[in-house]
Amino acid sequence: MAVKVDINNNILTLYLVGDIDHHTAKEIREIADLNIDTYSPKILIIDFKEVAFMDTSGIGLVMGRYKLIKSLGGEVKIINLSPYLKRIMSLSGLSKLVKIN
Amino acid sequence: MKVVNEIKIQFPSKSCNESFARVSISAFISMLDPTLDEIADIKTAVSEAVTNSIVHGYKDKLGIVYINAKIYDQNKIMIKIRDKGCGIEDINKAMEPMFTTCTTGERSGLGFAVMESFMDKIKVSSKLGKGTTVTLQKTLRSRRF
Repeated sequence: MAVKVDINNNILTLYLVGDIDHHTAKEIREIADLNIDTYSPKILIIDFKEVAFMDTSGIGLVMGRYKLIKSLGGEVKIINLSPYLKRIMSLSGLSKLVKIN
Repeated sequence: MKVVNEIKIQFPSKSCNESFARVSISAFISMLDPTLDEIADIKTAVSEAVTNSIVHGYKDKLGIVYINAKIYDQNKIMIKIRDKGCGIEDINKAMEPMFTTCTTGERSGLGFAVMESFMDKIKVSSKLGKGTTVTLQKTLRSRRF
C-alpha cells in the first residue's frame, strides 16, 4: 500500500494505491492524520482509483477521517470508487456523511 | 456432497497475514474459474473473518489462525476460519451491523454484515475462552465439475 499526498488551496488529496485492510489501514491513517494535522485542510479528498482491494477496514478509515475533518470544520469527499468498492461503502451508510463521486 | 479438493493453512495472527490468507483462498478457488466479482466477494469475506480473529480473537497476543477450505462438487465452496482466542460473548450482538467492541472509532462493525451479504451462508460458533469458528459457504455460478 502506498499513499500519495497532494495539498493545494486548503484541499488535501490522498491518493490510495493497493490493498486496504486492517494491516495497511494503520499506515494510511498515520500518513493521513499527520497531513491533516499539518495543513488543517478545508476539504479532504480521498481518491480510490488505484485501490485493488478493500474490506471494512476502509470504511473505518473513512469514518475516522470524517470525524477528524468535521471537528476542524471541513468536509470529506471520496472519488473514483469502482462498482465493487461502492458495494462495500453502500453497506455503511457513509454516503450520508461524505460526498461520493 | 463430494469433496473435490481441500486445503488447510495456518499462520500466526499477525496483521500482515490478512493479505496472505485472502490471496491463498482466491488462488485455491481459481480452479473453478470464478468471475472477478465472485473472487472479490470471497476475498473480502475471508479478510473480514481473519481480521476478526486477529483483532478480537487474539487481541494483543499472538495465536494461530486456522483455515480449512473445501471445494465440493456442483461448484460449492466452504471456508472455515478458526481461532483459539477469547471467544464471543454474544454472537447475535456481534453480528449486528455497526456493533463493535473497538473503542478507537476505527472499526466499522460491519465485518459480519459483509460476510453475510457477500456469501450465501455464514455460520458462527464460539465458546468464551476457547475460540471462534466462522464457516462461509458459497456456490459459484461458473464451471461445474
